[in-house]
Amino acid sequence: MNNNGQDKNLLEGLAAQDKSSIEIIYRDNFQMVQTMVLNNRGTTDDAADIFQEAMIVLFEKSIDPDFVLTCQIKTYIYSVSRRTWLKKLQKQQRTASHTDDFEQVVQVDEDLDEHKQKQVSFEIMETALAKIGDPCKSLLEAYYIHKKPMHEIASNFNYTNADNAKTQKYKCLVRLKKIFFAEYKNLK
Amino acid sequence: MEDTLLFDAVERFLNKEMANQELFYFEEMRKNNPEFDQQVVEMIYFIQELNKFGTQKNLKHILIETENKLSEEGIISRDPLKGTAKVIFLWNRYKRTIAVAASIAIIVSITCATLISVFSGNKQNNIKPLVEKLKEQDVKYKKLEKQIGKLKVASENQSIPEKPRMESNFRATGFMIDVNNNYIVTNAHVLNEAPHQLIVENNKGEQFLAESVYVNPENDLAIIKITDKDFKKIPALPFSIRKNNADLGEQVFMLGYPKQEIVYGEGYISAQNGYQMDTIFCQLSTLANEGNSGSPVFNKNGEIVGVISSKEADAEGVVYAIKSANIYSAITEMRKVKENSDIKITAKPILRKTDRITQIKKVQDYVFMIKGN
Repeated sequence: MNNNGQDKNLLEGLAAQDKSSIEIIYRDNFQMVQTMVLNNRGTTDDAADIFQEAMIVLFEKSIDPDFVLTCQIKTYIYSVSRRTWLKKLQKQQRTASHTDDFEQVVQVDEDLDEHKQKQVSFEIMETALAKIGDPCKSLLEAYYIHKKPMHEIASNFNYTNADNAKTQKYKCLVRLKKIFFAEYKNLK
Repeated sequence: MEDTLLFDAVERFLNKEMANQELFYFEEMRKNNPEFDQQVVEMIYFIQELNKFGTQKNLKHILIETENKLSEEGIISRDPLKGTAKVIFLWNRYKRTIAVAASIAIIVSITCATLISVFSGNKQNNIKPLVEKLKEQDVKYKKLEKQIGKLKVASENQSIPEKPRMESNFRATGFMIDVNNNYIVTNAHVLNEAPHQLIVENNKGEQFLAESVYVNPENDLAIIKITDKDFKKIPALPFSIRKNNADLGEQVFMLGYPKQEIVYGEGYISAQNGYQMDTIFCQLSTLANEGNSGSPVFNKNGEIVGVISSKEADAEGVVYAIKSANIYSAITEMRKVKENSDIKITAKPILRKTDRITQIKKVQDYVFMIKGN
């Protein structure tokens, strides 16, 4: 449909977590989302949160190999933001006055359900990591979040060599996995 | 197979790092041993979840960075009370002169407006030009303000007339860690305020040009170097920098520049971690003000145990300092990034068992005001 070259590039940039692409998407779309939220009983803070979440949803889509963007990035972000904000309003039992949309809207309910499920394991992982404590937490974060190489982690955490750090990392993983699945069962 | 070894195998499997033979055995085992296969499936799922978690964390970090950048430009605004920034950095922006200039501008423009409305017959025609004049006046008063600033600086400057004082729009603190090469430690966030020129000033009011050599926003540490030829070498460091954490309850004191002269403060270590359990920082119970960013925190033996960075915005007396061990990791990292880096801490600690006044006298020459624009 309306998938021009620039949008495609931006989406690829987002998938690669390229800062300048992310900044362009922010610049092009933030005002639009903010206006929508402010017009519907939200604050500038709400707008920033909603936009952040929409960016994460778009990112999840961008790394999905089966995903093809069938509308403009602008339309997609607007649709996701609008849907999540209306849901939030409903939760707070406030009503919105969204009568006239100034942007085109596409169906995003499925994408948002998927996102919600992903968010559940994200939160469980966050709790689990908080529970194992240091040095495990910092060590795993260094490797899986900051993507630091093993030899650097070894020197930062005062292990004699990369192999020792690796062994420690796997010990931490065993512990984290236990907590992760325990939390998972707790939830169900 | 032990769980740790299995994790190693699964991770190599996922990263496609297994040699052909090993891969063959691994897959054979999964086929023939359902229990083993179950374990592997669980681990694959878990590692994938962990990787996704890491990716999203990273993304959030970038999003927040972008948000901060754009809110500086005024494109995004967040309510400061509710937002993520609950700590405030302790550098001092010079707001007062701007406020004075602004109020002068307002008074003048009101006077102008009144005069114009009194003396002009046709009021409506005058509405538009007035707006433009206001703008012109704004520019004029900014210029005027700058000139006033220069004059003020000149009058302060009488003690050291040979060198013009440099303009600055903030004030913070830093301290010397290498007297042979004149390296000074301060906060990374301080350098954001000085994109053009970095100046250090000693406690005698002498100013020297400096430049940034290493910045790490993650632990908020930066190392700068005095490059000014006029700077005279000072004697070896009288204090050492502590490698392990300070103890809970340990009495500490600090020196910094919350005002135009050096100020002494006291307190104690009130918690081992910083804002939201950040392990890079520790918490102090003391009073610190704008300008204290980068101030050294000493224990009773005159060892540096931390670097002041920020304070809780909502509560009085809760101050966060970067643990001193991070200075060592900053140096190690700096050596890695900068080849031929000559930085070296050579301290001759002489402050143990001396009284506080002597300690202060000895260390104050090593604490500098950081300015710039």
